[in-house]
Amino acid sequence: MNHTAAHGVAEPLEHRSTNIPDRKILMWAFLGSDVMFFGALIASYVVYKGRSLTGPYPAEILDIPLTTISTFVLLMSSFLMVLALHALRENDIPRFRLWTFGVCLFGAIFLGFQVYEFRAFFQEGLSLQGNLFGSTFFLLTGTHGVHVSIGVLWLMSLLIGSYLRPIIRKDALNLEIAGLYWHFVDIVWIVIFTVVYLVEFV
Amino acid sequence: MALGKQAAEQPGGLLTRPTAARGIWSWLTTVDHKRIGILYFVAGFFFFLIGGLEALVIRLQLARPNQALVDPDFYNQLFTMHGTTMVFLGIMPLSAAFFNFLVPLMIGARDVAFPRLNAFSFWTFLAGGIILNSSFFLGGAPDAGWFGYAPMTNTQFSPGTGIDFWIVGLQILGVASLMAAFNFIATIINMRAPGMTLMRMPLFVWMTLVVQFLVMLAFPAITIALIELLFDRQVGTNFFNVVNGGLPIMWQHLFWIFGHPEVYILILPAMGIVSEVLPTFSRKPLFGYPVVVFSGVFIGFMGFAVWSHHMFTTGLGPVANAAFALTTMTIAIPTGVKIFNWLATLWGGQIRFSTPMLFSLAFIAMFTIGGISGVMLAVPPVDAQVQDSYFVVAHIHYVLIGGSLFGLFSGFYYWFPKVTGHMLDERTGKWVFWLMFAGANITFFPQHFLGLIGMPRRIQTYATGLGFDLWNLISTLGVFVLSAGILLFIYQVLRDIRLGERAAADPWDGRTLEWSIPSPPPVYNFAELPEVRDRDQLWYQKHGPKHHGGGLPEKPAETDQGIHMPGQSWYPLMTALGLLIFAYGLVYNLLLAGLGLVAVIICIYSWAFEGVGGYHIHPKTEEQS
Ligand SMILES: [Cu+2]
Repeated sequence: MNHTAAHGVAEPLEHRSTNIPDRKILMWAFLGSDVMFFGALIASYVVYKGRSLTGPYPAEILDIPLTTISTFVLLMSSFLMVLALHALRENDIPRFRLWTFGVCLFGAIFLGFQVYEFRAFFQEGLSLQGNLFGSTFFLLTGTHGVHVSIGVLWLMSLLIGSYLRPIIRKDALNLEIAGLYWHFVDIVWIVIFTVVYLVEFV
Repeated sequence: MALGKQAAEQPGGLLTRPTAARGIWSWLTTVDHKRIGILYFVAGFFFFLIGGLEALVIRLQLARPNQALVDPDFYNQLFTMHGTTMVFLGIMPLSAAFFNFLVPLMIGARDVAFPRLNAFSFWTFLAGGIILNSSFFLGGAPDAGWFGYAPMTNTQFSPGTGIDFWIVGLQILGVASLMAAFNFIATIINMRAPGMTLMRMPLFVWMTLVVQFLVMLAFPAITIALIELLFDRQVGTNFFNVVNGGLPIMWQHLFWIFGHPEVYILILPAMGIVSEVLPTFSRKPLFGYPVVVFSGVFIGFMGFAVWSHHMFTTGLGPVANAAFALTTMTIAIPTGVKIFNWLATLWGGQIRFSTPMLFSLAFIAMFTIGGISGVMLAVPPVDAQVQDSYFVVAHIHYVLIGGSLFGLFSGFYYWFPKVTGHMLDERTGKWVFWLMFAGANITFFPQHFLGLIGMPRRIQTYATGLGFDLWNLISTLGVFVLSAGILLFIYQVLRDIRLGERAAADPWDGRTLEWSIPSPPPVYNFAELPEVRDRDQLWYQKHGPKHHGGGLPEKPAETDQGIHMPGQSWYPLMTALGLLIFAYGLVYNLLLAGLGLVAVIICIYSWAFEGVGGYHIHPKTEEQS
C-alpha cells in the first residue's frame, strides 16, 4: 500500500498551525536576517562617512540625476512584480510571462546603471583601496547589486520553468516568495539611495 | 517490518535519489531530524574533545611558573582555537543536537519544516569545523583570540593564513546556523500539533525559538565584520586600517553586537533543558510557566542592548558606560526570576536525585555563581580593575561549563533512553556527575582569586613569587578530575548504548509528547497526530483529572493518505562540499573559489528540481497485516 508522491503534484497532507506556508515563513526569517546584514553595512558606511583622508569624496562624484533614473527603474520593476503575480493568480499565463520578463529586464537595466556608475567612479579615482568612502561605498552597493542579480536569476528561472512544465498552483506561491524578496531588495535600495546619495545634497 | 519502499524513479537532477536505509550511505543522505540530531551530537562532541584537549595543554603549561611546554606563538593558537571551538563547534552544535532530535517530537510533528535544509545545516557546520581545525596543519591556526580584535588580525600583524581560516571557517558556520535558524523558526511557528498553542509549548521549545531569533538577528553583524576583515586582508580595503582612517573600535562594536546575543545562544538551550528536567524529577509542573517564558524572551531581547559592557575600558565615556551598565544589570532581573522559579518548582516536590536531576541542580548553583560574577563585571569601575584577568575567565567558565555544559549533560542523561532505547546506568552516571562537578569547581573557582590578585588572561607563563603558583597548580589538578569525569562518561555511553537496560517509552514518568512514543522513536515519529489540550499534555493524559481533559484525547479522523516521508538526498552534502571548496579557495586561490561557487550553484538548482519526493508509510495498516 505505497503511494508515490509524484514530484510537485501531491503536497503532503500535513497539519499546519497557521495559514502561512512554511516557505513564506522561511523567506520572512531570511529577510529579517537580511535587514541586519544591510543594517551592519549601512552602519559601517555612516560611521566612516567623512573619515576619508583623501578623495574622491562623495559630493564630488555621486551623480544624483543618473542614480535617480536607475532608482526609478528599480521601483517600476516592483510595480511589474505586482502585475506578474496578479496575472499568475488569474491564470493569465502570457501576461505573467510578459510582466516577469519586464521585472528581469528592469532589474538588468538597474544593474547596467550600476556597472556604468562603478566604471565611471573607477575612472575618477575611486577604488576599494583608495579611501574609506571607496571601501564602504563599494561593499554596500556591491552587496545590494549581488542581491539584485540573484533576484534576476531567480525570476528568470521561474520564467523559464513556466515553459518547461505545466503551471501548477504552487507556482503562484513560488512567485509570491520571489516577489517578497524582490520588493525587499527594492526597499533596501530606497534606504541606500537616501543615506548615500540624497544626504549629500541636503 | 517493511515500512514502505522509496519511489524508484524521481526526476532527480544529476544524481539519482539515494534510498539506502542503513549503512554509511544512509547517514550521508539522511534527512531525518533524529539522525541529523545524532550526527550533530557526535560531531559536536568530537570537536568538544579537541577543544578540551587544547584546554588541557593550556592548563599544563600554566601549572607551574616559568614553564615552556609550548611556545608563546603556539599558546596563542591554543587559546584562540579553544575559545572558537568551544563556542562554535562545541556548545552550539551540541545544542543543535537537542533542537533537532527533540523539537519535532515535543511539538508533535513528523519532522522539521525543511528536512533537506536541515541536513545541509549539519554538513555545512561540519565543513566549518574541518576548515577551522585543518589550519593547525596548514601553516598555523588563528592566534588573535576568539574575538579577533583589529588591528591584530590585519596582514601586518597576522601575515599567515591562520586568520583567513578563522574568517572563512566562521562564515561557513554562520551559514549553517542561519539556515538552521530559519528552518526551526518555520518549524515551531507552523508545525505544532493541533491544540498546541504557543503557551502550551514545552519550555525547551520556547527557548529554542528564542535562540533561533537571536541567531537570525545577531549573526549578520559578525558576518559583515568578517567580510570587511576579509576584504581588508585580501583586497586591501581600509575598514580597520588605522593609517587610512579606519576604526579598530568598529570591529569591537560589530563583534560584540553579535557576541553578547551569542552568549544567550549558548545558555538559553540549557535553561530550556533544565526547565524540562526539574518538573519531571520533582513531579510538579514548572512554577510560573508564563513568567519563565517571558523572562527568556526578555533576556533574548535585552541581549541586543548590552554589547558595550565588553568595551567598558575602551574609552567610550561615562555616559555610554553608565547606560550599558544599567541595561546589563537589567538582564539580571529576568535571570534571577528564572532561578527563583526553578527553586520554587523544587519546593514541595517529590524529588528524585537521578543523574539528570543532579546536573540540573548543579546548573542552578553554578550558573548563579557565574551570574553573580557577571553582575560584578557589569559595574564599570569593577570591570576596570579585573578586565582581561582570570576573574573574567572564571566568570565565563562558570556560565558556560556550570551553565551550558551541565545543562546539556542533564539533557543527555534525560533523553538518552529516548534516543537509543537503552538506559544509562545510574551508579556510573552519578560518578560522572560528581567527578565533573568537583573537577569544574576545583578548576575554575581558584581562577576568581587569580584574577583578583592580578593574573592577566592569555599569558603563556608567569614569574614565581606573584602569589599565582598555588592557585594555578590547583586549577590544573582540577582539570584532571574534570577529564576523568568526561572519560568515564565516554566509557559509560559506549557501554550502555549496547548493554544498558532496555528503556520503556516513558522511563521517567515524563510530561511532554516525546515520551508518548516508543524509545527509540519510529522513523515517522507519531503514528497519529497527537491532540494537545494542556501544557504538559502527556502528564495530564496519564494523571490528570477527567474534567481537565484527562484520559486519551480523541483520535483524529483516519486518512488513507498515510504519513508522508521525504526522500533522502545527496544535495545537502554536495552543496556543503561546494561551500568547503569555496572556502579553501578564498584562502588559497580565487579560481578554486570560483569552482566551489559554481558547484554550489549547480547543487542548488539540482536540489530545487529534485523536489521533496519520498513515499508514504501506513503504520496502522502494517501493524494489522
Ligand atoms: Cu556580554
